[in-house]
Amino acid sequence: MSLEALYQEIILDHSRARNGSGLPPQDTIDATGESHQLNPVCGDEITVRVTVQSKAVQSLRWQGSGCAISMASASMLHELATTLSARDLQARVDAFRQMLRSRGTTQGDPELLGDAASLEGVSRYPARVKCAMLAWVAAEGALEQITPAMDTGNGAAAPDAGGENEAMTRLIAPTKG
Amino acid sequence: MTVNNDLHAVLAQPAGLTDDDVRIIQQDFPALHQEIHGRRLVYLDSGATSQKPRWVLEAEREFYETCNAAVHRGAHELAVRATDAFEDARTTVAAFVRAAPEELVWTANATAGINLIAQALGNASIWAERGRGGQEIRQLALKPGDEIVVTELEHHANLIPWQELAFRTGAVLRFIPVDAAGSLRLEEAERLIGPQTKVVAFAHTSNVLGSVAPVHELVQLARRVGALVVLDACQSAPHMPLGLPSLDVDFAVFSGHKMLGPTGIGVLYGRRGLLDALPPVHTGGSMITTVTMERAEYLAAPQRFEAGTQPVGQAVGLAAAVQYLDGIGMDRIHASVTVLGQRLAEGITAIRGVKLLGPPAGEPRIGLAAFDVEGVHAHDVGQYLDSLGVAVRVGHHCAQPLHRRLGLSASTRASAYLYNTTDDIDEFLAALSGVRPYFGVGK
Repeated sequence: MSLEALYQEIILDHSRARNGSGLPPQDTIDATGESHQLNPVCGDEITVRVTVQSKAVQSLRWQGSGCAISMASASMLHELATTLSARDLQARVDAFRQMLRSRGTTQGDPELLGDAASLEGVSRYPARVKCAMLAWVAAEGALEQITPAMDTGNGAAAPDAGGENEAMTRLIAPTKG
Repeated sequence: MTVNNDLHAVLAQPAGLTDDDVRIIQQDFPALHQEIHGRRLVYLDSGATSQKPRWVLEAEREFYETCNAAVHRGAHELAVRATDAFEDARTTVAAFVRAAPEELVWTANATAGINLIAQALGNASIWAERGRGGQEIRQLALKPGDEIVVTELEHHANLIPWQELAFRTGAVLRFIPVDAAGSLRLEEAERLIGPQTKVVAFAHTSNVLGSVAPVHELVQLARRVGALVVLDACQSAPHMPLGLPSLDVDFAVFSGHKMLGPTGIGVLYGRRGLLDALPPVHTGGSMITTVTMERAEYLAAPQRFEAGTQPVGQAVGLAAAVQYLDGIGMDRIHASVTVLGQRLAEGITAIRGVKLLGPPAGEPRIGLAAFDVEGVHAHDVGQYLDSLGVAVRVGHHCAQPLHRRLGLSASTRASAYLYNTTDDIDEFLAALSGVRPYFGVGK
């Protein structure tokens, strides 16, 4: 497995572009969840903020610092999320996790994961799976705050954040009604 | 890359190891003869753990094949052989640090050693509070208002046990700060260490910066106020001749696996008499004299701290490791890794966009160097180097407060040992200079 398979050009591009990075002051009345995740191994950290309106993800923004993999992954997640319903976003997080845990046996599906499918090579580097998962676990934590009882469609209501990172989540604005 | 050969010649006194010597040594280390991603392995992560020579592997194997039995119990021949091997190992390792065998307690590693001291002192505090033990226990006990002093550059293993001891006893944890370059601020140490100080704990050499602590000065400050001195010798014991009694510290710890020994074995050194005064931490078999259903009497050190079945094979392996080190000579190893450390420091400094942490090139450091690559995260640096067969450590190296002080969340560390040649260092440096171009920064 070559280094190029891990650090594809699209990944390096995203790591520099950091799409969706920056958390502006908040004045929305929509349902917003925010989750901070830390990778204690390397000190990488990220805060992801998800805003949902009428069950659709209105925005997913983030702020963090970390390696090329974790930053690219957050950038890709931002691009993917804003086209989805909250339920679909959770399904994509599940698919992404499955790909990363596959030790190279599952190919990334661009239809499902967008640019994040290019992170499939990470699954061959177990030490880097946490890097790629960081933003996605944070997104999951943020979603959970907005819709605690959200049916993710696969019967597994409890997101398995503990496998990747310890969640330190904080609720900004609870869902109304 | 420019290298100051004159400096190297000076630093290499007494005669260190030539690359030819090292290539001979390398033959003893099976793990070094591997290709990683199709490249020759350049192992520069000995600060995390060292590779093992056949001599050590075979000693452990021979123990299991010919001597294995429980020690300090049983009357059969194998039990005698195992007990002899275990205690001979203690004598060998004690002599390596110029200590007496009864001053040396086996632990799992250095972390376990520091935890053992901290918990024993915590127990002394409880004993004193409940009126158990005499004057000696009352002297060892910590109470609210007492202080424990560490430094800002400690490995978490020499920080968190003291945080917990402070919590348990009501003592206050204070730290000697470092300056922007990572040097200990001795004038602050002088101010901090006072009559209220009960323990001063510090690393002999920093696992991140490679700098060597002013042991003599810190011991003097502690002695002046009657505080106990705990030395974390984890990074120094593998690299330099170490006479613990002459350093005048009360306790010291180190790990076997960083000095060619197996994992699961480490050493706690305690000044004669002091260990016997401390309450035990782990209690159970093999550490007692008389036991009733109500209470127990405890053996003197070292058995006092060695409850349960001990890591006998590992102790034998560590003894073999220090024999191997002594065979080459700690003076020569020290000289050799010092040269490698300087070569690392100079080479890293010469690469644009890479910042060396700790003492500048030319100033004392052991054979390791940590650095920050501007614009590239340490994880990515490590991954790139790995793809070229170069093994280094990335992350905060269990020293988050120090990294925070230096304005970093992570760094990359290359650490050399007796089996590294100058070619290894140069290969690493060549690989390192390719990192920023690869990730497209600093164009």
